[in-house]
Amino acid sequence: MELILDTLRTLARTAIDVVPVVLFIGAFQMIVLRRPLSNPLQLLSGFILVVIGLGLFLVGLEQALFPLGRLMAEQLTHPELIGQAGDTLDLQWHDYHWLYLFALAIGFSTTIAEPALLAVAMKANEVSGGAISVRGLRVAVAMGVAIGVTAGCLRIVTGTPLHYFIVGGYLVVVLQTAFAPKLIVPLAYDSGGVTTSTVTVPLVMALGLGLAQAVPGRSPLLDGFGLVASACLFPIISVLAYAQLSAWRAQRARRRARIPVSVSSQEEDNHAL
Amino acid sequence: MKESLRALWHDVGSSLRDLAPIIIVIAGFQVLVLGQPLATLAPLARGAVFVVAGLTFFVYGLKLALFPVGESVAHSLASKGSVRWLFIFAFMLGFGTTFAEPALIAVANEAAQVAAREGALRAGDTALADYAFGLRLTVAISVGLALVLGVLRIVTGWSLPAMIITGYLLVVVVTLFAPEEIVGIAYDSGGVTTSTVTVPLVAALGIGLASSLRDRNPMLDGFGLIAFASLLPIIFVMGYGMLYTWN
Repeated sequence: MELILDTLRTLARTAIDVVPVVLFIGAFQMIVLRRPLSNPLQLLSGFILVVIGLGLFLVGLEQALFPLGRLMAEQLTHPELIGQAGDTLDLQWHDYHWLYLFALAIGFSTTIAEPALLAVAMKANEVSGGAISVRGLRVAVAMGVAIGVTAGCLRIVTGTPLHYFIVGGYLVVVLQTAFAPKLIVPLAYDSGGVTTSTVTVPLVMALGLGLAQAVPGRSPLLDGFGLVASACLFPIISVLAYAQLSAWRAQRARRRARIPVSVSSQEEDNHAL
Repeated sequence: MKESLRALWHDVGSSLRDLAPIIIVIAGFQVLVLGQPLATLAPLARGAVFVVAGLTFFVYGLKLALFPVGESVAHSLASKGSVRWLFIFAFMLGFGTTFAEPALIAVANEAAQVAAREGALRAGDTALADYAFGLRLTVAISVGLALVLGVLRIVTGWSLPAMIITGYLLVVVVTLFAPEEIVGIAYDSGGVTTSTVTVPLVAALGIGLASSLRDRNPMLDGFGLIAFASLLPIIFVMGYGMLYTWN
């Protein structure tokens, strides 16, 4: 009964949220493009579905995704699992290895299955004329997210301020941008944002907040956020690294094909150094 | 009717695919590492059904209503060459899709609750709702401006790395002045904004625009909108935090 009431209340709130967007699109269509709405019935049913879907999703989020993230954080930091019953003050950062393994697994698996990423990878493959392989890009991004979530968990455990961590990441990105093939740079910058889907974000967020609550000496407000940010930052680094690696390999293969030491290949060597 | 049912079924499949890796990894850990089946399985399963059903209806509704309109407007604006309306459209697109983004709604509420629990916020439901609403509004405005900036870049052909690195510098500078408790929320809000709703439309806008302009390379100029959309909210939310503590 309470669930039904809760769902209805969420639906009402969602409807209020979505109405301005609908009005805007309608107004834009009529005033700017001076075209009547082509299929008002389809539009209306679409927006009703959007409201219902958003409402159901938000209820499900409260019931499943947030509790799951919190629960995993609690269980993976439980003293019994870590093997130190009783004295929790002695815990070192490396005692939480199961947590890091979980972070790696959840980061990699949610990203590799992400439909938005597949679409972007296919587009990139097409636009680059096959130089960027679909699988290579997907694995690069997934590894980036996995490392990002894990490093974010490590940060919460050690209590390093988030901005040191993010600013350090930015520095790496800036350095890499200077050396990476130009064509990949915009794609790499985008790949960070693309990967974090509507389902993954709340789960990862709850994991971080739960972690900050469970690890002694951490505050959820100061330490709990930041997992999503680092999950967005590391794919930029890994995609740039992937592009650098493929460019380097292609260059080496080209050099191998030309065995005699000619002036031009020496020049190329100098260039590579 | 039959066709739309098939399309709906397809969306159920992709919502399940979103959720499946999470379920598999968590179930694997529960069984292999923690060695205990989840005690609260029933409500979690019910919630998961809500998530799948909700996401399915949401995306299906968007495909019916928003995507065709958005794409046709983006396309006709890009080919008509009315730059002013293109900017207005980019702003409204970013604002609208972000304001309705489910992940952002959830995260803003959670952030408000955490802030209230930690005493950084006056207690009470209205203060909480105000804070969450303000956060969403800030993020939505910043994503709108980010898309305007991104479109401006595509039209002018300015260098993306230079703009992004400037953005990074701004983030660093603003971080120095922002209240400590907003920094984490701000950094996270960059990643939150660019998920299910925003990405397809924004990607369509960028690549469509870059392809319709002469001497623009879709690979170099078409990507990069999302990068702005995940950078600008960081700066704006920190600004929001400063204003909020100031008051």
